[in-house]
Amino acid sequence: MTRALGIVAAAAMILLFAALMIVVMPSIQLQASVRPPEGLKPYSESALVGRDVYVSLGCVYCHSQQPRDPSLGPDAIRGWGRAAVPADFIYDSPHLLGTMRTGPDLLNIGARQPSVDWHMTHLYNPRAVMPESIMPAYPFLFEVKEEAGPRDIVVNLPDDFAPDGGVVVARPAARDLVQYLLELDRTYPVDEIPVEEAD
Amino acid sequence: MSTAIAFLLAATFVISVGGLGLLIWALVNDQFTMGKRAAQTIFGTDEVGRVEDPATPADTRAEMQRERGEIADRGQQGLEDRAARVRADRSSRTPVTWWLASSLVWLVLGSIIGLIVSMKFHMPDWLVNDPALTFGRLRPAHLNLVAYGWASMAGVGVGIWLIPRLFKVTLQGPAYATAGAIIWNVGIFLGTAALLTGYSDGMEWLEFPWPIDITLVVGGALAAVPLILSLLKRRVQHLYVSAWYLLAALIWFPMLFVTANLPNLFSGVEQSMLNWWYAHNVLGLWMTPLGLAAAYYMIPKIVGAPIYSYSLSLVGFWALALFYSQVGLHHLIGGPVPTWAVTISIVHSVMMVIPVVAVAVNHHMTVAPHWRLLLYSPTLRFVVLGAVMYTAASLQGSMQALRSVNEITHFTHYTVAHAHLGLYGFLTYIMFGAIYFIMPRLTGREWPYPKAITAHFWLVFVGFAVYFIFLSIGGWLQGLAMQDPSRPFMESVTLTLPYLEARSVGGAIMTLGHVVFAVHAFIALSRSGPVRDDAALFRRPAAQSPAGGSA
Repeated sequence: MTRALGIVAAAAMILLFAALMIVVMPSIQLQASVRPPEGLKPYSESALVGRDVYVSLGCVYCHSQQPRDPSLGPDAIRGWGRAAVPADFIYDSPHLLGTMRTGPDLLNIGARQPSVDWHMTHLYNPRAVMPESIMPAYPFLFEVKEEAGPRDIVVNLPDDFAPDGGVVVARPAARDLVQYLLELDRTYPVDEIPVEEAD
Repeated sequence: MSTAIAFLLAATFVISVGGLGLLIWALVNDQFTMGKRAAQTIFGTDEVGRVEDPATPADTRAEMQRERGEIADRGQQGLEDRAARVRADRSSRTPVTWWLASSLVWLVLGSIIGLIVSMKFHMPDWLVNDPALTFGRLRPAHLNLVAYGWASMAGVGVGIWLIPRLFKVTLQGPAYATAGAIIWNVGIFLGTAALLTGYSDGMEWLEFPWPIDITLVVGGALAAVPLILSLLKRRVQHLYVSAWYLLAALIWFPMLFVTANLPNLFSGVEQSMLNWWYAHNVLGLWMTPLGLAAAYYMIPKIVGAPIYSYSLSLVGFWALALFYSQVGLHHLIGGPVPTWAVTISIVHSVMMVIPVVAVAVNHHMTVAPHWRLLLYSPTLRFVVLGAVMYTAASLQGSMQALRSVNEITHFTHYTVAHAHLGLYGFLTYIMFGAIYFIMPRLTGREWPYPKAITAHFWLVFVGFAVYFIFLSIGGWLQGLAMQDPSRPFMESVTLTLPYLEARSVGGAIMTLGHVVFAVHAFIALSRSGPVRDDAALFRRPAAQSPAGGSA
């Protein structure tokens, strides 16, 4: 029995040690040094709802939110922004760093593409604005109405993509999602981020 | 930064001294010489040299045995040992049936969803009107179904079946494990339903909403009860290496799963580190031990030879624990996390070569002298193929963690292909093999349709070859295009399309193979197929070959 207990105890210790090395230690370091950047505001209420839509629709499976350093790839040249730093994510839970770039990085999509119109059309059917896109269409974020109400956001669509009659207007989920995308903007300079003085 | 460096230096010193002390202790206490005897723990009296495949018809097994080399009949003690094993197998029948049968249902469902996900890459306007069928919901449903529904349940089922054989007792408290299977199934069902209706925790591998995770914790804990009860009553002197892996997995999985699923523990970048600490360890410290435990048992039993080097298998075990546990952050190379922590993960990823080579030498050298049995035994062919894929996937993983390679592969389909080489090529093939071994011993009858086994093997073999080769090439080209600032990003999307279509073809063939396998298994379990008087082998060994008989 002692041997079995020894195996289990040693196995547990090793895993605890690993957690200490690659989770706890770096977290302690980050929590001690990272402060909210001046250029970054907490998400608005609408953007937080939109962020939940982003999570629920699984956008993270194709879009990263972590531009890399120029030494690791041409992210900055593509207009995705400077290399991300830990402080950029201080208001993010769950984190949405992502592991795939089937589509482009989105950490600065709000700065790169600030047009609500563009985002609405793109979400309704990406191929209406990007013919070669393989992103899914999200028609269920919209509804077709006879006539738009005074507060409705009408989606501008080329004839090929427009329904036969009526107008396409954004449902609340689409409005919140777009609000979140617009608030994805980490273009403030990294020097502004206060960090603990390194020795 | 200075605290981190000081900590690292101190940790390195402590570990080195500790490791040296352990080595001296092991040498002084003669821990390395018990090899041969310990490796024979899984054999009964007079059993080394005897094949344990196929399951039932005596004459066919005699033919396999001739192929392996003749052996004297069992003595009295040998016959008693065999009778004890039959009793052991009978004791685990109900829970093993529950875990394995459930895993097959999730395998088929997970494969079908995976295939739809794959097709959506090149048919982006297909099935877009229902939010439950959108790409971003089906994809985590696929991952969780195959990881927790198929791989985990099959692994636990095989593990429960191994327990009485490893400890040479009847399974103690089988009802706990049966109840565990039912609760685990409820969790998989609710979790999948939650994902499809839009409730996700949002982190890869941890998508099931945390209240539903509690069912998996309870179900898993119940499945562990027979392991502990049987361990307490065991009638073996030495714990065979498969038992080491099972015991370790038993403690690792709850530690990982509970910690990582605690709500609101972390946010932002810290959360991403916890995420990947979990996600890579669930492969390395949960699924890998389950697969290796099965392989370490099946291979020696089928070829009738103890494992090549028992000491090496223990080196492999501890090295796996030490190195695999710290590789997770290679998923965040180039990300906004402390570089030193990522570097630790890269170093450990490369160090993984040690346990992988140890396991590879052990498995492949045990099979090599008896390779002809691969022509006949479905179990051996699947398990050995799985073991080869383990070597390949692990070495590929070590390469991929190098910064120079990772720059290209990081955000691409190449990583997805690699993940399938591990979870499919390695673990799933080994589980297929193990189930072919176990099922006739549950039902007391041979597999009803040997041709279905052949069909299953070739479908999943060819299907997966197509899947892996095309997706790897496509992913690599995607990475090259993405890293080249002179090419527009869209080029990295459009150039992958033919490869993504090929992946769908491969995935469709694999899925067909799974349907054949699952249907065959349920016919066997319901005992409704033909009763066969010869074994379900790929083909029968030649009746008598005068030249090879004495080899």
